[in-house]
Amino acid sequence: MEYTNKDFSKGKPRWCPGCGDHFFLASLHKAMAEIGVAPKDIAVISGIGCSSRLPHYMATYGMNTIHGRAAAIATGCKVANPDLTVWQISGDGDGLAIGGNHFIHANRRNINLNMILLNNRIYGLTKGQYSPTSPRGFVSKSSPYGTVEDPFRPAELCFGARGHFFARAVATDAPGTIEVLKAAYRHRGASVCEILQNCVIFNDGTHESVYSKEGRAKNAIYLRQGEKMLFGENNEFGLAQDGFGLKIVSADDPSVLVHDAHCEDSTLQLKLAEMEAPFPLALGVIRDVDAPTYDDCVTAQIEEVKAKKKYHNFAELLETNDIWTVE
Amino acid sequence: MVNPLEITEMEDVVVRFSGDSGDGMQLAGNIFSTVSATVGNSISTFPDFPADIRAPQGSLTGVSGFQVHIGSCQVYTPGDLCDVLVAMNAAALKTQYRYAKPSAAIIIDTDSFGPNDLKKAEFQTADYLGEMGIDPDRVIACPLTQMVKDCLSDSGMDVKAMMKCRNMFALGLVCWLFDRDLDIAFNFLRDKFAKKPAVAEANIKVIRAGYDYGHNTHSSVAGVRRIETRNKVPGRYMDITGNKATAYGLIAAAEKAGLKLYLGSYPITPATDILHELSKHKSLRVTTVQCEDEIAGCASAVGASFAGALACTSTSGPGICLKSEAINLAVIMELPLVVIDVQRGGPATGLPTKSEQTDLLQVLYGRNGESPMPVIAATSPTDCFDAAYNACKIALEHMTPVVLLTDGYVANGSGALRLPELDRMPDINPPFVPEDLRGSWTPYMRADNGTRYWAVPGREGFEHILGGLEKDCNTGAISTNPENHDLMTRLRQQKVENITVPDLEVLGDKDDAELLIVGFGGTYGHLHAAMDELRAQGHKVALAHLKYINPLPANTSEVLRKYGKVVVAEQNMGQLAGYLRMKVDGFVPHQYNEVKGQPFNVATLVSEFTELINR
Repeated sequence: MEYTNKDFSKGKPRWCPGCGDHFFLASLHKAMAEIGVAPKDIAVISGIGCSSRLPHYMATYGMNTIHGRAAAIATGCKVANPDLTVWQISGDGDGLAIGGNHFIHANRRNINLNMILLNNRIYGLTKGQYSPTSPRGFVSKSSPYGTVEDPFRPAELCFGARGHFFARAVATDAPGTIEVLKAAYRHRGASVCEILQNCVIFNDGTHESVYSKEGRAKNAIYLRQGEKMLFGENNEFGLAQDGFGLKIVSADDPSVLVHDAHCEDSTLQLKLAEMEAPFPLALGVIRDVDAPTYDDCVTAQIEEVKAKKKYHNFAELLETNDIWTVE
Repeated sequence: MVNPLEITEMEDVVVRFSGDSGDGMQLAGNIFSTVSATVGNSISTFPDFPADIRAPQGSLTGVSGFQVHIGSCQVYTPGDLCDVLVAMNAAALKTQYRYAKPSAAIIIDTDSFGPNDLKKAEFQTADYLGEMGIDPDRVIACPLTQMVKDCLSDSGMDVKAMMKCRNMFALGLVCWLFDRDLDIAFNFLRDKFAKKPAVAEANIKVIRAGYDYGHNTHSSVAGVRRIETRNKVPGRYMDITGNKATAYGLIAAAEKAGLKLYLGSYPITPATDILHELSKHKSLRVTTVQCEDEIAGCASAVGASFAGALACTSTSGPGICLKSEAINLAVIMELPLVVIDVQRGGPATGLPTKSEQTDLLQVLYGRNGESPMPVIAATSPTDCFDAAYNACKIALEHMTPVVLLTDGYVANGSGALRLPELDRMPDINPPFVPEDLRGSWTPYMRADNGTRYWAVPGREGFEHILGGLEKDCNTGAISTNPENHDLMTRLRQQKVENITVPDLEVLGDKDDAELLIVGFGGTYGHLHAAMDELRAQGHKVALAHLKYINPLPANTSEVLRKYGKVVVAEQNMGQLAGYLRMKVDGFVPHQYNEVKGQPFNVATLVSEFTELINR
């Protein structure tokens, strides 16, 4: 069956005008239409925060749950019903602060979830406190003299938890976002998509260097499987290895790297994911490696044990015990 | 000296096996109870283990005990004090003697009472019996370790492996004392060690040696005691612990409802055996996820419930603290969820291996907002089966989280369960949204009994969003409307109040009791035994034991107000008494409260209640 954006869309979003969440929501609807899974077979599960309002604007099944627990709730949902396509929506506070534990364990277990991390580096719903992705020294209502802590880098956390999929897109970049969402759906296992998203009220301009198309042309690189790592307004630069690190070379340099998201060793992928100026910011699917998923293994184990064990219902289970008869 | 053999017939007897936590006392106790139950005796058991996994060998903190009460008629408790105490080493004698009756026979392994052993057990002199004030005539002192070594000398086993069989010698001796059929024990061992037949045969050899030792020496205190069986209820039985019975109740309910069983859990004493048990039964489609924390255990169960499973989470008090927020999510989303709280001593980490009833108010009220939720308390190890089954039935049929309260005593204790027949269990019918509501259905539409309909993902035309924010009762959209919130609060309350539970039964002298005893949950056996004892002494006493705490049985108020003198006896500082005072106008009970982490002592209850009657 053919779907359109409208088949997945419901209600009128109440985010602030200009909020990055509006852009992302539109891309998610479009991606779902292109993916083609019926709304009845989709569950969209969020925690709490501005971005976690998202399920209310979906015409699918879904839950807007409690702060930080979206990944855990999505885990139970997927394991109990592997036929569902489960999208987990969290912000940087929901996913990496209060929900950090569930984030790393969902990645470690490799549950087949599409885990969306809408990163605006700020707590919006509680009106402007620093988040675990705010840079050191960040001034906010709860850090009037600047923070004295380092932020998480989501890719590093994902890889550290043995994550097998990490992609990044900018909310205003619809084609880029749709591309990573579709790749996340295709990837069997936990798929983390970091969406760089602007909070117009409390952290305006946090992703300014890549928020516009022109900015991305100058300051970002789109990584594509099997293609040379080229960037710049006219693709005049390339990325090459430099010892244990990376360096910028000219596009025609024979040492320009070719992207391999499927490489099991994440060393180079991590280098790419963590690039900061003067390097370009990496966008697209950075890591995408096949591995056994938790939900598949649970199902397989049930089948395996079913075939091996002689009891398959409650009455038969009782008979496996030492039983005596009183007459 | 050897006396002529006497055979005494007894009504009931309590045996306590004790030794180092590595001495296999739980296994010896288990086999003895199975052997006794198999001949039709009523049994009740209580394992009493230390909190340490392996405390230093021979130390006072490392002693593990297993008490079993066997009776010719119904026994309700594992017994206050034992008639036979097996003490495998000096530390066991030192710490366990206080559980022995003054007349008890005491079996000791003299090989474990050397100078070093006595020092570790903090005896001051070599005259350990004298120090404890134990009459040597009551002691069966045998060089048990040496006899086990001799018995297995040609087995080719090393000493360490031989020592693992010491418990079987003690078991053999106890089997002789009570004229038990060894074949049942042999079958048990051959089954348990099916993959290690040599181990099974070594154990069997040692049991027989212990039995023969008793037969050949039947020294001073001995004489065979026989427990006949009366009042038998015909049927097929199995020995089951409370935790296993809980797991079986969940499995039975899932099968009856036609749903997949999901357990999200995190290991915690004394609830972990539920996770262990359920994780074995994948051939029944049971899915268990050992989560990263208690929160995820419950949260994942909420997710599984949304997805259409019979979802459960198992824990103890500290875990309930962490799960409360996710439980509350199930309250507002009106999804079925069974939360099992195997209570232990608190607060905080408290007494992990001991038993209390101190979580009652926590599960009733320990959540933010108005958060009504049914609470059921299991009364015995075997009752855990029915209680768990009924918790699932209520959760699924009324779309609500339900708490099943058990406790360490009930969870680890065991009893003989008459095999349940699923065909005869009540039906479980979740309120799946009827197909003809497609198009007009909204998520908070209710069936006649006030229950929200369940629309499981995968059904076209019923796509919907639930959540932790208050919703409009008609549209299901987020709403902060004051009237709507007030209405939704009342609807959730009413839904729980609409649940029908069986009437509160009054046992004993229900028409003219001078004292009504009121309790809940795991103290049933002790309160029942205390009532029996008081009535045997000529008092008029009744017992009303609550299993359904929220909602209360419809006749609760009537029962509680009927008697002149009422005592609420519980293992906390008065949580049930306070709750009942709130629920029943003008109800002012006496209270008996004990928070020792140990089961009630029947003799103490009898003396306390006698004083109350005479007051």
